[in-house]
Amino acid sequence: MINVALPKGRLGEKVYGMFAAAGYECPSILENNRRLIFENPVSGVRYFWVKPSDVAIYVERGAADMGVAGKDILLEYRPDVYELLDLNIGKCRMAVAAKVGFHDDTEKTLRVATKFTRIARKYYAGLGRDIDIIHLNGSIELAPILGLSDVIVDIVETGKTLLENNLEPVETIVPISARLIANKASFKFNSGRIEAIAEGLKGQIKYD
Amino acid sequence: MNPAQYPLKREERVLFELRSLYQKYGYARYKMGKFEEYDLYVRNKDFLVSDGVITFTDTDGRLMALKPDVTLSIIKNTRDREDCVQKVYYSENVYRISGSTRQFKEIMQTGLECIGDVDLYNLCEVISLAAASLDAIDPENVLELSHLGVIAALVNALELEPDAASAVLTCIGEKNADGVRKLCPGRDVGGVLQLISAHGDPAVVIAALRPWCRQGLAKAALDELETVTGLLNLPKVQIDFSTVNDMNYYNGIVFQGYIRAIPEGVLSGGQYDKLMQRMGRESRAVGFAIYMDLLERLGGEGRAYDVDTLLLYDDKADVPTLNQAVERLSREGSVQAQRAVPDKLKYRRLVRLEEVDCHD
Repeated sequence: MINVALPKGRLGEKVYGMFAAAGYECPSILENNRRLIFENPVSGVRYFWVKPSDVAIYVERGAADMGVAGKDILLEYRPDVYELLDLNIGKCRMAVAAKVGFHDDTEKTLRVATKFTRIARKYYAGLGRDIDIIHLNGSIELAPILGLSDVIVDIVETGKTLLENNLEPVETIVPISARLIANKASFKFNSGRIEAIAEGLKGQIKYD
Repeated sequence: MNPAQYPLKREERVLFELRSLYQKYGYARYKMGKFEEYDLYVRNKDFLVSDGVITFTDTDGRLMALKPDVTLSIIKNTRDREDCVQKVYYSENVYRISGSTRQFKEIMQTGLECIGDVDLYNLCEVISLAAASLDAIDPENVLELSHLGVIAALVNALELEPDAASAVLTCIGEKNADGVRKLCPGRDVGGVLQLISAHGDPAVVIAALRPWCRQGLAKAALDELETVTGLLNLPKVQIDFSTVNDMNYYNGIVFQGYIRAIPEGVLSGGQYDKLMQRMGRESRAVGFAIYMDLLERLGGEGRAYDVDTLLLYDDKADVPTLNQAVERLSREGSVQAQRAVPDKLKYRRLVRLEEVDCHD
């Protein structure tokens, strides 16, 4: 049995759709109930929904053999896992955003509010820019509006939320999409089945 | 006491087996102190598995560190030899930042090093001992070999900028074929993609890679891998190039060992001639380490009870009688004498002092 950690929410449902179309369906997963684990002994898969940011932890620690996580989570937490496939869904970008018309005064330390401190640090270290990281867990857009930070580093999908708050993306750090990941040790002992699932999913990817 | 009733914990048994295995092949125990001058680690920072080191100032003002690594200390204390090798094994605690908790942790590490004029026999012996070590831990295991020479040759052939080459190496370690394609638009990445997709049986993998390794360093490295895996001929030895150790320190064959029941690699090793060079040595070296703390996860003989017999006595009990009763009961298993039943103690049976027949 291959354990698959799926991210809760719209992305997870899309991902499950790809697994199902690839021949790894588990109809009970679509029932509206409080069950946490769904299993299909025939196709040899067991699914469970977890918080999207926790998928990588479940996979890295072997509770799940495979999972689907955003590239943002993989870059931020650097879990020791295999990244087998770019599923080309859940596409967005990690970007620097600031108040419309913001001018970066390079004489000053740049105050950066973000949930993704590692990504932000690495990006600005690459630019040789001195920054002051402000770690926030949510409502990141508030930070520049209230003067808590100069810029934010966050995920931007359409840019609508930013625009509604008089903010705009000023720089793209990295494009983000959902990735199929696998536990390294589990891959050693189940490579045939894991690769078969990856191959099946590959056939379901829609390219732009 | 019947030893069979009180087995050692699995990781303790494994440790005994490993020590006897290494001694059998002439590896001498290398016992070392817990501290080392911090300077040693600063100079070889990237060689360390984790970036943090616990430091303190010694009474003479020197900045010292609790050892985060054993290999560097062993190299420091060995001499160059051109005609033979020095073989040592160790079982030591090291102090590192744990990957998951980002806090310092004391980690028990066992391993061996073979330093000096390392030849093909020595290399094969060390890899065989790594395979035998995994067997001692659990029969469901796999030892994966990789060759940094093959990886370096195929990545260098792409003629990338250093940053991009380093990103490609990361992708190889992640089996991230999509990442390689994105990093190298317009380049022929067939060889690198083959490195990522080919894994498993040595003969099959080597045959699959041969078209990309027909000459130069790539051919020499693949030939070496073929020779070594051919000589070893061990069923649980496979090839997987996702083991990409730091090429500033390691070279040649590197390997990683996995146990089915443990979700991460338990054994890691390889040839580290480049580290030797960086430390001013001319000798070659190969070795491996086993992360013994991970063996806890093997499970096995979980204790159903804290104690076999809980012996209850009261204030009137005299000590010699109590001693006799404990002695009598301990022949049948563990016994704990108490005046009241302790909270949360799990016992197989409860006996009152007056119920014990102390006469043989």
